[in-house]
Amino acid sequence: MTTLADPLVRLDRISKHFGEGETRVDALRAVSLEVHPGEVVALLGPSGSGKTTLLNVIGCILDPSSGSMELDGELVLKDGAWLRRDLKRLRLDKIGFIFQFHNLIPFLDATDNVALVLQLAGADATTAHERAIGLLKYLEVDHRRQAMPAKLSGGEAQRVAIARALANKPRIILADEPTAALDSKRAAIVMDLLRRVAVEQQAAIIAVTHDEKIFDRFDRIFSLRDGWLESETNSLQTA
Amino acid sequence: MNLAYRDIRHNLGRFLLTCVGLGLLLGVVLAMIGIYRGLVVDALTIARAPGVDLWVVEANTRGPFAEASRIPGDLREAVARIAGVASAGSITYQTVESEHRGGKLRLYVIGYEPTRPGGPPEITEGRGIARSHYELVADRSTGLTLGDRIQLGRSTFSVVGLTRYQVNSGGDPAIYITLPDAQKLQFDLAPPAARVQLARGTSGSSRDTVNTVVARLQPNASPDAVAETVRRWKHLAAITQQAQELILTRSLVDRARRQIGLFTSLLLAVSAVIIALIIYTMTMEKLRQIATLKLIGAPDRTIVGMIVQQALALGFIGFGIGAMLIVSIKDYFPRRVVLEPDNVLALGFVVFAVCLAASGLGVRAALRIDPASALGG
Ligand SMILES: Nc1ncnc2c1ncn2[C@@H]1O[C@H](COP(=O)(O)OP(=O)(O)OP(=O)(O)O)[C@@H](O)[C@H]1O
Ligand SMILES: [Mg+2]
Repeated sequence: MTTLADPLVRLDRISKHFGEGETRVDALRAVSLEVHPGEVVALLGPSGSGKTTLLNVIGCILDPSSGSMELDGELVLKDGAWLRRDLKRLRLDKIGFIFQFHNLIPFLDATDNVALVLQLAGADATTAHERAIGLLKYLEVDHRRQAMPAKLSGGEAQRVAIARALANKPRIILADEPTAALDSKRAAIVMDLLRRVAVEQQAAIIAVTHDEKIFDRFDRIFSLRDGWLESETNSLQTA
Repeated sequence: MNLAYRDIRHNLGRFLLTCVGLGLLLGVVLAMIGIYRGLVVDALTIARAPGVDLWVVEANTRGPFAEASRIPGDLREAVARIAGVASAGSITYQTVESEHRGGKLRLYVIGYEPTRPGGPPEITEGRGIARSHYELVADRSTGLTLGDRIQLGRSTFSVVGLTRYQVNSGGDPAIYITLPDAQKLQFDLAPPAARVQLARGTSGSSRDTVNTVVARLQPNASPDAVAETVRRWKHLAAITQQAQELILTRSLVDRARRQIGLFTSLLLAVSAVIIALIIYTMTMEKLRQIATLKLIGAPDRTIVGMIVQQALALGFIGFGIGAMLIVSIKDYFPRRVVLEPDNVLALGFVVFAVCLAASGLGVRAALRIDPASALGG
C-alpha cells in the first residue's frame, strides 16, 4: 500500500546497544523504517530480537545509541541526541501505549483510568469524564465504566487500556503484544478496533505480536532478528 | 483527581490499620515524654507546695529533700524576726507505711503548722485541718476518701480533706498532719534506744526538731540577702527556692530523668526509622504503577505530590490517633503523665519532618524508575 501522506514515524539508522565490551548486546542495528497515517504494522521476531527495544525508542522512553527519528513531521532525535527536552509532553500529546498486560492504575475505576490522561493533558474534570465515557462506549465497555481494574475480565481491561491509549487522540499508537492475553475472538475484536482507529483518526499503529492468527490484519509486517530489520512483507499482497 | 486520596480510598482498610499501628507507636513516644515531664514536675511538687522563697536547713546540708536535715523547731520564731521575712513555718517530712483496706500504703507525711506556710496548696474536697490533733489532709492518689480513718504510729487519724498531685520524688502520695502530730509520729516510730534518749531529753536532742523552716519574704526583699543573714548563724544553711528546685532536678531525680530521657530519645529514633520504612515500602509497592503514570505522561510533580501527600496523611492521622489515645488514658497511669501542648507540638513537628524525609527517599526511587519498566515482557 502506498500513500502520499508524509510518514508519521520515520526511523533513520537507529542503533541501540546495552553494556560495553564482553557484555555488550546490540539490541538494534541501523534500523530504518517508515509508518504512514492509517497504517497498522506488526513487529515480528524471535525473543530477544529487539522488538520491545524498538517500540521503546519510538515511544521516546529509551535513548538510542545513534540514529535519527522523526515523529509526526517533527525531528525529535538527531544522531542519537534528543532535540526535545519535554519528552513526557510529547508522549502525552502524540503517543498512546497499549501494554501486553493492561497496566491500568488499580486504584482508579475504568472511567477515571481514561479520564486521568485527559486531565494530565489539560482537560477539566467534567470534560475529561464525559469524553472518557464516550471512549468507553466507542470500545463497547461502557457498561463496566465504574468497575475497578481488578474486577474486569482480560478483554474488558484491554479495551479500557486501549481507550486510555486513544484518549488524547494520539497519532502514533504503540502496542506490545496487545492480544497475547486474549482468546482469538477477543484478539480479533481488538485488532478490528485498532484498524478502525487507524482509519478514522489517520493514526499509525505499531504492534509487537507473536500471534499468527492475526497476521492477516496488518498492512505490513517488519521482521527483526538479532537487532537487524530483516524483511518487510506486505501482508495484503501475500493474502 | 487526587491520586493520593484515590489510592488511600482503594486500600482504606490497610491504610487505616497502618495509621493505627503508627498511632500506637507515637502514643508510646508521647507517653514517655509525658512520664519524663511528670517525673520532673513530681520532683518539684513538694518543694513548690508551700509557695515559699527560702528554705532554712541544717548546716552543710542540702536538705530537706536531697539530704537529711534536723534543726530545732523553735528556730522558726528567730527566722520570722529576720528583716525581710513576711512569714515562716516549720515543716517535717517522713515516709511512713500504714495499712488501709487490707493493703500496705506508703505515705509521705508532711507535718506543718496550720496557720503558717507549709500546708497543702489546695483543698479539692472537704476542708483543711482545723483541730490540732488527729486530722489529716490526703492526696487523692492515696485512695483515701473523706471520713476514712487510718492508723499512723500509735494514733488514729481521720481524713478531713483531699488535695491532688501532691507526691514526693519517689511517687509516694503525701498526707498533711499538724506539726505536733508529726513530731509524735517521729517519736513513735523511732528505734527504741533513740526513743529512750529522746524521752530523757539527753545528748542535746529534743522532741521539738523539724526538718526545715520555710520562709515567705516581703515583696521587696532579696532571697539571696536574707539567705546570707541566715547563714551567719551557726548550724544553719539557707537555700533559696530557685536553688532548691535546681537541687531537686539536678541531683535527686537526675539519674531517673536521664534514664527516661535516653530511653525517650531511643524510642523517638526507632519511631523515625519505622515511619521511614513504612513510607518507603508504600512507595516501592507502587513503583510499577508509578512507571505506568510516567509512561502515559504524568509530570513529576503529580507523582511527587502523590507520595508526599500520602506520607503526610499517614503521619498526621497516626499522630492524631496517638495523641488522642494518650490524652484519654494518661490519668490511669500510676504516676503523673504531664503533656504540655508544646511537647505535643514538638513531636508533631518531628513526625512531620520524618515523613517528609522518608517520602524524599520514596520520591527518589520513584523519579529514578524507568517508564519502560511498565511495559514489561
Ligand atoms: N535494559 C537492558 N539492559 C541490557 N540488555 C537489554 C536491556 N533490555 C533489553 N536488553 C537486551 O536486548 C535484546 C533485545 O531485547 P528486547 O526486549 O527488545 O527483545 P524482544 O524482541 O522484545 O523479546 P521478547 O519477544 O522476549 O519480548 C535482548 O538480548 C535483551 O537481553
Ligand atoms: Mg518484548
